Amino acid sequence: MTTTPQHLAGNGRTATGDHPAIRFDGVVKNYLAHGETVAAVKRTDMEIAQGEFFSLLGPSGCGKTTTMRMIAGFEEPTAGKVYLDGRDVTGVTPNRRDINMVFQSYALFPHLNVFQNVAFGLERKKVARDEIRRRVGEILEIVSLSGMDKRAPREMSGGQQQRVALARALVNRPRALLLDEPLGALDLKLRQQMQVELKRIQREVGITFVYVTHDQGEALTMSDRIAVMNAGVIEQLGSPREIYEKPASRFVAGFIGTSNIVDGHVERIEGGLALLNYSTQDRVVCPVPGAVRRGDKLEVSVRPEKIDLHRGVPPVTATGGSVLSGIVNEVVYHGTSTNYTVATAAGADFTVFDQNAANADDLADRGDRVYLTWAPQHSYLIGV
Amino acid sequence: MSRLKRTIAPYLLVLPGGIWLIVFFAIPMITMLSLSLQEGDIVNGYTFTGHWQTYVDALDDYRTQLIRSLIYGAIATIILIALAFPMAYWIAFYGGRRKATYLFLVLLPFFVSFVLRTISWRQILTDDGPVLSPLKSAGLVPESFHILGTPTAVIFGLVYNFLPFMVLPIYVALERIDPRVVEAARDLYADPATAFRKVVFPLALPGVFAGVLMTFVPTSSDYVNSTVLGGTDTTMIGQVIQAQYLANSDYPTASALSFVLMAVLLIGVFAYAKVLGTEDVMKVAAR
Repeated sequence: MTTTPQHLAGNGRTATGDHPAIRFDGVVKNYLAHGETVAAVKRTDMEIAQGEFFSLLGPSGCGKTTTMRMIAGFEEPTAGKVYLDGRDVTGVTPNRRDINMVFQSYALFPHLNVFQNVAFGLERKKVARDEIRRRVGEILEIVSLSGMDKRAPREMSGGQQQRVALARALVNRPRALLLDEPLGALDLKLRQQMQVELKRIQREVGITFVYVTHDQGEALTMSDRIAVMNAGVIEQLGSPREIYEKPASRFVAGFIGTSNIVDGHVERIEGGLALLNYSTQDRVVCPVPGAVRRGDKLEVSVRPEKIDLHRGVPPVTATGGSVLSGIVNEVVYHGTSTNYTVATAAGADFTVFDQNAANADDLADRGDRVYLTWAPQHSYLIGV
Repeated sequence: MSRLKRTIAPYLLVLPGGIWLIVFFAIPMITMLSLSLQEGDIVNGYTFTGHWQTYVDALDDYRTQLIRSLIYGAIATIILIALAFPMAYWIAFYGGRRKATYLFLVLLPFFVSFVLRTISWRQILTDDGPVLSPLKSAGLVPESFHILGTPTAVIFGLVYNFLPFMVLPIYVALERIDPRVVEAARDLYADPATAFRKVVFPLALPGVFAGVLMTFVPTSSDYVNSTVLGGTDTTMIGQVIQAQYLANSDYPTASALSFVLMAVLLIGVFAYAKVLGTEDVMKVAAR
């Protein structure tokens, strides 16, 4: 909708380039609660690159918000160091960090109008009045709020307040922008709209975004990289595709999308494929690294959309892949797909997504005996 | 039928309070107004003349006491803000789970009668009381030093007695401030002092405003503190009204002074509201 003014792309100052925007070096955060030490964030090393859209994803209480607040300076690490742009900022107060934050509840100043809210940071930095007016005008245009300068926050919708919060942070051209579940309070439609909008704005201004969310869908669609956190530990850090296709732990597999996970002992290894047998006809085939031996216990995950569901005995030889028989427990029609829950011979309940593409008929009904098959490459060994 | 009920229901709800106000507020006011326009004395009775001369005379005679009362009230109110704001701030932001306890402690003196509390301060502040006698025997203050009977004692009593009326409204305003808003100010390069000046204090203003209303009006018309703690040259307008009414039975003068005091306070309050821009303040408060 608008072209980005030249000086808003990038940082104003030239980013040094060789330094990551944010670096955690052995950061630990402990709290004292009721006389006991609770680890909010366990020893963490991570780097967030310049201009990256980086998400901290995890359930509530996983340490993602604490991690973000340590970047902002609202919390100090118990041990370790935080670097911004290569500079050690451990112990530096938030007002002296070149970083701005979009708060979950927006935290707009209720006694100030939109212009005054957005100009707050620039005024503290003693930017000249004319320049403040120009920069606030530009940023309000970027977030599509032109002409709303005089509005009070309480006269605006949630989506508009959200944009004011975003503008208030971005107008300062920070080294990085921290967003704490910024879309949590919006309804679904507006949220999806703002996801696209946020991505666009991030591309336009080229600032590093650190996005905290518990919504895996949001993280997958928006991020360049995601750190999946659980119980104070980053369980996996990678691109959305890596995290979805190759979950590093059972937690990640379960938290990101839906995963079917089966345990089993290796019966045989042939050409890099491990065979897990559950009966003469029920088996799981999974590619494994060389270190895996016969008899090892493995956890194998497979995504619901990779599985074919057959009512009759499947053509066993067709794939040379995994076959599990089971009973259909649940059939849920979703419009574009039908979801089946199948109690399998491997002991675990499987979820299967079947696209309602060609035939409108459901493949099976509750109580039907079915066979699930999938190709070897769709089995993924967790934790490798 | 039910539509009629719905139409009259709001009026029915207003009725008890309305009758109360008419009986105990409007009628006495009218009576007082009529009294202030009468002439005569207690022996021969009073007759309505409709002359405003009583007002002129009363103002002439008691201008000193009226101005003194407003000054005492203003000084007490300023001291109250200075004392109550830090207290309310501390309770609101650092009170933790004990907030209710601290507020209760602020209110605790109220469980003793107003007059009794003031009289007990008389015992404490008296020349050979527990405050002055050690100071005097240590030679820190001269033998001739008094507290009782001075303006200081009266203002001290006013501040002491009205402290909760300032603490509570400021506390309520501070308590409603989202801590994230303060963090946002810090995030936007404000040091703690600037964050306080630019965010916390403006947001607490509705509370300060309410506190000023709730303390300035009663302190400037108070008569107990100057009676109990004050001396001959600390007489406040409330004392004069009380004396005119109860001791001299000069009802017209007492009524006229009451109306003058009320008018002065009303004008003061409206001027204050105007200067402070109450509309904005109230809007923030109503958020």
